[in-house]
Amino acid sequence: MGFVFINGNLVGKVKDLEALRAEIIENRRKGRLPKHLNVYLIEDRDELHINIDGGRVLRPLIVVKNGKPLLTPELKEKLIKGEVTWKELFDKGILEYLDADEEDNAYIAVNEEEVTEEHTHLELDPATILGIEASLLPFPEMNRGDRLNYGSRMVVQASGIYLKNYLIRDDTAAQLLVYPELPMAETQTLEATGLATHPSGQNLVIAVLSYEGYNIEDALIVNKASLERGMGRSYFMRTYITEARKYWGGQEDIIAIPTSDIRGLRPEKAYSKLSEEGIINVEEYADSDDVLVAKISPIRFIGIQEELRIGISNKRDNSVVVRRGEEGVVEKVILTENENGEKIIKVTVREYKIPEIGDKFATRHGQKGVIGMIVPEEDMPFTKDGIKPDIIINPHAIPSRMTVGQLLEIVAGKAGALMGQRIDATAFKGDEKEIREMLKKAGFRDDGREILYDGKTGKKLEAQILIGIGYYQRLYHLVSHKMHARSRGKVTLLTKQPTEGRSKEGGLRFGEMEKDCLIAYGAAMTLKERFSSDKYKFYVCNSCGVIAYENKNKGRVECPVCKGSDVKEVEMSYAFKLLLDELLSMMIYPKIEVK
Amino acid sequence: MMAKKSAKQKNDDSVESLTLPPKYQNLKGKKLKEALERYEKMKYEYGEAVGVVAAQSISEPATQITLRAYHAAGRVQLVTTKGLPRLIEIFDAKKEPKTPSMSIYLEPDYNNAEKAHELASKIKETSLKDVMEYDAIDLTEMVLEIKLDKNKLQNHLLDVTTVRNALSKSMATAEFEVKDDLTIIAKPKAKQYGLKDLQAMRTRLRERHVKGIRGVKQILVEKDGEEWKITTLGSNLKKVLELKGVDKRRTYTNNIFEVAEVLGIEAARNLIIREALNTLREQGVDTDVRHIMLVADIMTQTGVIQPIGRYGVAGSKASVLARANFEETVKHLTKAAYLGEKDTLTSVVENVIIGNAVPVGTGMIKIKYKD
Repeated sequence: MGFVFINGNLVGKVKDLEALRAEIIENRRKGRLPKHLNVYLIEDRDELHINIDGGRVLRPLIVVKNGKPLLTPELKEKLIKGEVTWKELFDKGILEYLDADEEDNAYIAVNEEEVTEEHTHLELDPATILGIEASLLPFPEMNRGDRLNYGSRMVVQASGIYLKNYLIRDDTAAQLLVYPELPMAETQTLEATGLATHPSGQNLVIAVLSYEGYNIEDALIVNKASLERGMGRSYFMRTYITEARKYWGGQEDIIAIPTSDIRGLRPEKAYSKLSEEGIINVEEYADSDDVLVAKISPIRFIGIQEELRIGISNKRDNSVVVRRGEEGVVEKVILTENENGEKIIKVTVREYKIPEIGDKFATRHGQKGVIGMIVPEEDMPFTKDGIKPDIIINPHAIPSRMTVGQLLEIVAGKAGALMGQRIDATAFKGDEKEIREMLKKAGFRDDGREILYDGKTGKKLEAQILIGIGYYQRLYHLVSHKMHARSRGKVTLLTKQPTEGRSKEGGLRFGEMEKDCLIAYGAAMTLKERFSSDKYKFYVCNSCGVIAYENKNKGRVECPVCKGSDVKEVEMSYAFKLLLDELLSMMIYPKIEVK
Repeated sequence: MMAKKSAKQKNDDSVESLTLPPKYQNLKGKKLKEALERYEKMKYEYGEAVGVVAAQSISEPATQITLRAYHAAGRVQLVTTKGLPRLIEIFDAKKEPKTPSMSIYLEPDYNNAEKAHELASKIKETSLKDVMEYDAIDLTEMVLEIKLDKNKLQNHLLDVTTVRNALSKSMATAEFEVKDDLTIIAKPKAKQYGLKDLQAMRTRLRERHVKGIRGVKQILVEKDGEEWKITTLGSNLKKVLELKGVDKRRTYTNNIFEVAEVLGIEAARNLIIREALNTLREQGVDTDVRHIMLVADIMTQTGVIQPIGRYGVAGSKASVLARANFEETVKHLTKAAYLGEKDTLTSVVENVIIGNAVPVGTGMIKIKYKD
């Protein structure tokens, strides 16, 4: 006796749950019930769950009956020829979809050879035990699990051709690899998912070698000539969007080059690239801080009377400028309008990015690194055939991470390049022996190692070096978007402390824990200097203990409370003065006593 | 170095005394001078930020502990809180540790397996439900019938009468009668009572303690080298120390508050040092004792144990700004305004806030003008 649930709702009691389950499955296989209906028997709770709702991930599997998979070799043959369709196989009950719950009741064989009487299902292919992301990686069965995780996470960050209609899109930021290639060691999933038409990397000659120590800690040494030939180049596109809004009270934004009476005017040069309408032309070069769209907005707050009298216009410059640190050529300008009839202007700026020291690259095995040195081609080590690596990775990257798949990929890539064919690196399909045979046939060592000669001295390197072809992806973390330093610069209005963040040219925070370190070291003066970014001179009234102000009319310093001028000059952080002011506003009277 | 060496000797505090450790006491002349010089050098200098150094020396390794869980599988042991949770427990001065535990050492006469086990069974708390087979309400007589389990009774070295006596001692509102050598009849003394009262009594009786020391839930008798030692889960130091055969000098509990109450604040200070140090050492962290000693001193200097934190040491700083800088800014500022507190800017954080040199290290030195 047990309970039956449909989509989680109790519908009734049934005597023999097992029989009901068998009947439902039987009917589903015969096509009398929907394909996406799943039953799940929880034996220890005597519950049978029937699910036909949305949101369940289904997986196709081959039905096994009496220890025999129903998808026979003949059927396979027919399927390839197109005599049988995929749908027909489901209608006939040869294949079926299981959800995560029903999988718990199933006993699924991975390989056809291991099918026994007890098995209920068989995987379509051993590689299908992996998800789409993991099955994009070559030789996944050779790597440790976490590396697959890292690897598939970084595939997402790789620049390639993300969508083919990128030219008419207006993504805020996009990066496109200039000459993407299909990997030498490819997986079947690549073709199946359509990603073969959206490659995101290049096949590079990799040597596993140390070179002057510039590739320690996962750095990469790159051949300068390879870069000059176009390796890893990409386009970075950023779209700037602005709207000409209409405000309450008849005021509105105007798209036009501002005249000199407008507040917050930028230097003349910033507007020099604009056309007469105030919008930059297509294919015009724009540097950092150059205006793309000149926009004049009404000021946010009407100022004091005096300013209005002098005759400064109550308009301010609100132009769209190229981000600091970025530059490029205008790719396209889109003019359109929103639902309120207000003008929208989108300007896409394209920047050509040549790899430089600090740019990030990664393989599909979770092996990432940044360029540590760019070496002239003549100094790169070479083989007897004159092959010079594009990239030199450090041997220390391999043992602790155990990415054997990467080594095999390098060897496979080499074999494939020599024989003029791509290698199948799908999970559980890769054939190491075959790859070795191919290399032998081409007259190379079967482990991919070769004798290398030092590019500078011409001397033979003592050890044989693994050199081959691997797939490298350029990730979208570019140094030029991250590098940041400051000595002096902008401060915030409220606290007079340095601004925060790269985009605002901010300072680097010397935080609480860093402060503790200086204290622990006893470096009191260094500490004082660090925290004096907002130091300020004040006058404090000796009798009232409040901060006095300078009365320029009378030419003296005056206490706001007693109006006396018995004051002392003190130096303290502006932020503390702000705290005192805020306390005053909260009806707390902090009195300063100056000794 | 010397300070460290002596600290490693079993739990003594000779670091604090100025006399040299025994190992160095026969030094003479030049060597003695050299040793003393080195000793002086090892001492902290004027203006050294000992507090910050101590805090960093403890908390930096503590961040690593979290990442390395240490387990010993398959060993007969009592599971006690270890690692970072225990360290937090110590410095937060939790009234009751998550796993209170005692280590009971025995006097020489009692130091054998038989006596140790006997003592152990005396210590372990036994409640009625531990020796009971069932308890049922007799509806016809309106009494509670408690049936004891023969084996369980034997295991706990008990018999019906002792159980009855213990029960009648602990519950004065009921009468207890021995029916046969395994059954006790309980009857409320009140003239009027109903089924509900009986049921309530039944649940209360189950938890009633019949033997042992209250709070001691589990017990483990083990041989530690040549010696027999009893480790317990649950702690009641006062009662255990009253027992005959217990070595009163070495027996201890990990409950700091209990030690402070029974043995005094100095003992509690030593326990903080010992527990914190052992917790760190267990995780493979070699922190100098003196850092922990400093923390323990600060925690106990007022005569009661204060936690490190909002409601303890940090919350009772003299400076308003220092307190406001830590936690509950508004609370401290309003309180200061209400009471008219004065900040003399004598400590570190206040001076960082206003932008002065902190009175630490190089900030301690002032120029003295000649008149």
